[in-house]
Amino acid sequence: MANKTINIKLRVWRQNGPHDKGHFEEYELNNVPTAASFLEMMDLLNEKLISEGKEPVAFDHDCREGICGACSMYINGRAHGPATGVTTCQLHMRLFKDGETITVEPWRAKAFPVIKDLMVDRSALDEIIKAGGYISVNTGGAPDANTIPIPKDVASRAFDAANCIGCGACVATCKNSSAMLFVAAKVSHLALLPQGQVEAKERVKKMIAKMDELGFGSCTNTGACEVECPKGISIAFIAKLNREYLNANLMP
Amino acid sequence: MAGFLNSSIGKKFLMSISGLFLILFVGLHATLNSLLLIGPDTYNIAAHFMATNVFIKIMEPILALGFIVHIIYAFILEISNYYKRGPVRYAMTVRRHQSTWSSRNMIWLGIIIFVFLAVHLANFFWKVKFGGVPETTVNGVKMHDTYTLVVSLFQANIWIDLLYVLGAIALGFHLHHAFWSAFQTLGWSNEKWRKIWTTLGDIYAVIIAFTFGIIPLYFYFVK
Ligand code: HEM
Ligand code: SF4
Ligand code: FES
Repeated sequence: MANKTINIKLRVWRQNGPHDKGHFEEYELNNVPTAASFLEMMDLLNEKLISEGKEPVAFDHDCREGICGACSMYINGRAHGPATGVTTCQLHMRLFKDGETITVEPWRAKAFPVIKDLMVDRSALDEIIKAGGYISVNTGGAPDANTIPIPKDVASRAFDAANCIGCGACVATCKNSSAMLFVAAKVSHLALLPQGQVEAKERVKKMIAKMDELGFGSCTNTGACEVECPKGISIAFIAKLNREYLNANLMP
Repeated sequence: MAGFLNSSIGKKFLMSISGLFLILFVGLHATLNSLLLIGPDTYNIAAHFMATNVFIKIMEPILALGFIVHIIYAFILEISNYYKRGPVRYAMTVRRHQSTWSSRNMIWLGIIIFVFLAVHLANFFWKVKFGGVPETTVNGVKMHDTYTLVVSLFQANIWIDLLYVLGAIALGFHLHHAFWSAFQTLGWSNEKWRKIWTTLGDIYAVIIAFTFGIIPLYFYFVK
């Protein structure tokens, strides 16, 4: 069991740069340990390609422990592959069958242009954060913890939203390429806490304006994002975002 | 305000408000239609009341506006969202277990409803407004015999009946997603209320689709 291996076929998107047309390339990879993560399998593929004198597949990755959100890959038609609640680095080869063909594509969204192969530019999400996803405080001595009392249920709710790692799976999955789940998580996380409430109205207006400007689609409440979100962010936060936005615009 | 209405959420807000208005309208319309099953006089009196009522006269243009806003924004959002995917689309997608079929096909369901609506208006609304309806007298009051107009249409041609049934089914599936979605768009939802809205919405959708769908079949096959 421990040393079980499988042979797989890979259909990987190769694209030489932002302006290349791109195409699928097929590879065979034998003796892949089922205990390997998907990224370790990609490492094996790249070692093989390098030893054959070919160009390795470019893909994003960093922490490899499910917290940085870098490892964007659309695997067999789903963001981060067939498992729910995980990123690609936390996906394991035991979920694939011997002899299976696995299709690997980059995130596809107008707002996430391909840099190379499977690597996309997700900095549009950073632009949205820069537009308002912060609180303004004076620097100085660090305040004591718990000087602002926050009820446990409020803190937990804010933390549920703060779990978002900015991976972009919601955008990649959504049929409208909408970033509403991401923005909802960021807006809610701050709007729930007293420190964030001061700038809440300005924040939500600026972040939505930026989101629209950068070419993300508009939400039609299909709910696909929450199914594929590795951190289980609920679309109840999208309702909260709508509430915050309507409030900021329609209430005097 | 212009900025708000041009924002993604502002456009959805208009969809939601116009959609909720249409939901109230179809509820009223289905209730009225169900009187067809009771008998000619009951239905004709109700139809006469609706045709001469001041409130309904005021609501008529607002209803037309509701449809127009809803349909225009549906196409604006749908088309602009389509291009947000970028130059290349996915070679493989598995959407089955991510979202409901209705939620992914709102525009197609809407287009079926729209086609039905055009035929429906040509069948009845046009005739009632611009003549060609037989007259009758109920309790000494002269009025349109709308009952005969409706029933003779439904008995004339099975294809018309099937189009009406198709329209009813499409509306049912449209409402399956639309009902809860409208409240989500307004921000009136969370984990608990989502269950309540989807349950209420499904009950409403089934009642509406059944009422609209059964009437043409009843007159073709039973009466
Ligand atoms: C006649 C043609 C129609 C078309 C083309 C149409 C199209 C659409 C589309 C594309 C959506 C999804 C939009 C979105 O979620 O952003 C939608 C939502 C909706 N539709 Fe319709 N529809 C039509 C008729 C109706 C009717 C007759 C009703 C009511 C009985 C209705 C009620 C709704 C509601 C409540 C929503 C949800 C709004 C929201 O998500 O905020 N629609 N419609
Ligand atoms: S909401 Fe979920 S899917 Fe979207 S960026 Fe955050 S963690 Fe990723
Ligand atoms: S590499 Fe950091 S989440 Fe996968």
